[in-house]
Amino acid sequence: MKKWFVLLILIILLAIVFGWWAFKEKKPKFVTLMTHDSFAASEELLSQLEKEFGFELKILKSGDAGAALNQAILSKENPLADVFFGVDNTFMSRALDADIFIPYTSPHLQHIPESLKLDGSNRLLPVDYGDVCLNYDIAWFNQKGIRPPRGLADLIAPVYKSLTVIQNPATSSPGLAFLFATVGTYGQDGFLDYWEKLRHNDVYVTNGWSDAYYGKFTRAKGGTRPIVVSYASSPAAEIFYSEKKVQKAPTGAVLSKGSAYRQIEFVGILRGTQKLDLAQTLVDFMLSPAFQKEIPLHMWVFPANSQTPLPDLFREHAQQSQEPVMLSPQLIQAKRERWIEAWTERVLR
Amino acid sequence: MRSNRHFFLLVPVLLFLGIFYFYPLISILLMSLVPHGALEVGRLYKLISSGYYAGVLWFTTWQAALSTLLTVIIALPGAYIFARYGFKGKALIQNLTTIPFVLPTVVTAAGFQALLGPRGIVNNTWMNLFPNQHALVNIDQTFWFFLLAHIFYNFTVVLRIVGGFWSRLPGNLLESAQILGASRLRAFATITLPLLMPAILAAALLVFVFCFTSFGVVLILGGPRYATVEVEIYRQALHLFNLPMASALALVQILFTLGLMAFYTRLERRTSISLIMQRADEGRKKIRSSGARLVVSITLLGMGLLLGAPLAALLMQSFLGEDGLSLVYYASLLENRTGSILYVAPIRAIANSMGYALGASLIALVLGWIGANFLAKSRGRGAAFLDPVFMLPLSTSAITLGFGFIIALDEPPLNLRTSWLLPAIAHAMVAFPFVIRSILPALRSLPQHFRDAAAMLGASPFQIWLTIEWPLLRRALLVGAVFAFAISMGEFGATVFVVRPQTPTMPLVIFRYLSHPGALNYGMAMAMSTLLMITTAAGFLLLEKFRYKR
Repeated sequence: MKKWFVLLILIILLAIVFGWWAFKEKKPKFVTLMTHDSFAASEELLSQLEKEFGFELKILKSGDAGAALNQAILSKENPLADVFFGVDNTFMSRALDADIFIPYTSPHLQHIPESLKLDGSNRLLPVDYGDVCLNYDIAWFNQKGIRPPRGLADLIAPVYKSLTVIQNPATSSPGLAFLFATVGTYGQDGFLDYWEKLRHNDVYVTNGWSDAYYGKFTRAKGGTRPIVVSYASSPAAEIFYSEKKVQKAPTGAVLSKGSAYRQIEFVGILRGTQKLDLAQTLVDFMLSPAFQKEIPLHMWVFPANSQTPLPDLFREHAQQSQEPVMLSPQLIQAKRERWIEAWTERVLR
Repeated sequence: MRSNRHFFLLVPVLLFLGIFYFYPLISILLMSLVPHGALEVGRLYKLISSGYYAGVLWFTTWQAALSTLLTVIIALPGAYIFARYGFKGKALIQNLTTIPFVLPTVVTAAGFQALLGPRGIVNNTWMNLFPNQHALVNIDQTFWFFLLAHIFYNFTVVLRIVGGFWSRLPGNLLESAQILGASRLRAFATITLPLLMPAILAAALLVFVFCFTSFGVVLILGGPRYATVEVEIYRQALHLFNLPMASALALVQILFTLGLMAFYTRLERRTSISLIMQRADEGRKKIRSSGARLVVSITLLGMGLLLGAPLAALLMQSFLGEDGLSLVYYASLLENRTGSILYVAPIRAIANSMGYALGASLIALVLGWIGANFLAKSRGRGAAFLDPVFMLPLSTSAITLGFGFIIALDEPPLNLRTSWLLPAIAHAMVAFPFVIRSILPALRSLPQHFRDAAAMLGASPFQIWLTIEWPLLRRALLVGAVFAFAISMGEFGATVFVVRPQTPTMPLVIFRYLSHPGALNYGMAMAMSTLLMITTAAGFLLLEKFRYKR
């Protein structure tokens, strides 16, 4: 028994030492970027960054947008990273209230439309935006000879009974964005009545985007609902990720006035960074066309910098709403919990 | 003296739990519940003011109890035939039953959807046969759906733990009873069942804790109308950032488990009987009579329907392209379409998963074995106290602990927040209670006088271990190893927080594919799921090799 025990301790010690050694790997100049699951960029771009500015980018992913931000807030005494990307306008107030970012006025801000700059103090700088909206299965509607929905109001009409699947705003970020779209369109006093009618029209609620899109939407194997809440870029993604080359998207996006909610994603420098100038360089890089032109095909949203050329696929197949709903971050922060509770009460119970 | 030595042996286990479990957990609880030196009650009032959370706790409890009961009842016949009969392909089938364990919930949901969904195989066949009828089954977002999924996931726990123990129960007791005139049923009820009790209880406890902290299954299969405590913790911590509430709920979960464990430990000690176990293959019979053949066939068929059909449906989806059979999804896995820095070739994902799983299994086995040894040999208060404590990591919500890691492990020498070690450690922590429960019944059943006799005859402790304990324990350790491996292969909740983005595990890669639209993404997720199943099965076969080695 004793021999064994010694062996055991040895193995554990060895593991610890080895861990230490691996942990103390090469340390060139680097900047750490904390972000969420959906962040992506090309290898080429990052090596360009390294060549041009002489530092490496370390990426740290921490769950979805909400989880990542919460962890950034929790670790504010001892930040995990220098720069944080992925605060959106629904979480913006939470981030600003927690005071985890320091202001930085990047020269690239001049090319970013005013409508996207929600933080006057420039602690959070807009990087990209996209619309959450209804998607529909074009083939299904053609086959049935029904007109695809044109706006929120259609969903409560009898023809569209049992056709829609949405996500629970309490557990899903597009679900919450869609709830905000209804608040923006029907007002704080009226949106619950809309939902009441939607419920009577047999709307189907899932907890997450994947189980709605890949489970209940008719484009999925076995799905029965031809209308789903997704993104305005989803039809373009359907083309890009189709099995064979296709010319036309199999799905359409509903982008009429008041039916889509605009999500804007921001980047900010974390308070407490030891590498302020490198962090600023990284932020500038992320707002420059070099990085921005990659955003569409890597993250499926639109670049904030208006000087950025869009890829053909986006120009032809990804639309954006001309009049999207936007709510002020302060209003969202103040009412989010109450709206979700009221919604739950009305739609689920 | 004796117990001192045992305690000394326990130090690595206590250190491990102290650093990676209690320290982060207490840090996060303190920070959220008493942020400024005083109890933060402002955001907690809802915990008691409305009946909502009491309702959630009640629901969580009884669905877990029902799931456990059903799983045990349904899996017992399987455990019986695996313990008592030898037949072709047995090892393979047993391995296959553990595969559900590693599947991400979204993937399981897809499997059931393809099978039982409104346009799934069953309903389509039914409606083709009877064109004017409604769908035969409609279990979407119902209570039954996630109950079924709980059985699907946990079947193997009962099968392996009870089956392994059963195979070594001496058959002569039963024979004597029958010779003395007891009917089969009576012999089972009065002899086999009581002897099996420790293993059944151990398995039931694991299943219960798993279902009690069920997250993905309830979230995805149950839909938004059902919530367990774990789901509430997730909502409070992530979407509302109400950390006091999330922590309070996590604490409720922990206290509940402690209470349950205290009850269980007493029960277990009462039911545990030491007896002379036989070799696993000694009591194994060839199938001779047609009655036995019928029993085995029916049981296997039932298992095939319950576990095999959804898996087969998944497998099929990964090979079914737009124009029928195709390998297009597998081919696409090899392609980095956007030149992304985060693209992971399938072979790398397999290597990552395997690496973490082997590391986690090793840690969990070593620690679990030390822990179980202590619990089995020490009858003092220490064991009574530590037994429930060892079970805690399994019942603590991944998100609470994940946040705990972030705030606690942030300074040297423990600055492990971004270390590649952390995923293996996190997995080992969840697997550790499993290892303990897998080997404890076997250890306890080993009569002390065996060891004493050997010691009296001059055997060194090492010799005793090698010649007496090891042969009897090998099988139980193997069961523990299989579970540790499977837990690590399938873990998602904690991994998503602690793994480096360039070295994701297979479930994380599946999740990435499923978060973008497009037929190819879905197909690739199914293909990766199939690879996950194959890799897991291969891992099991590798572990089984050790069983026959001396």
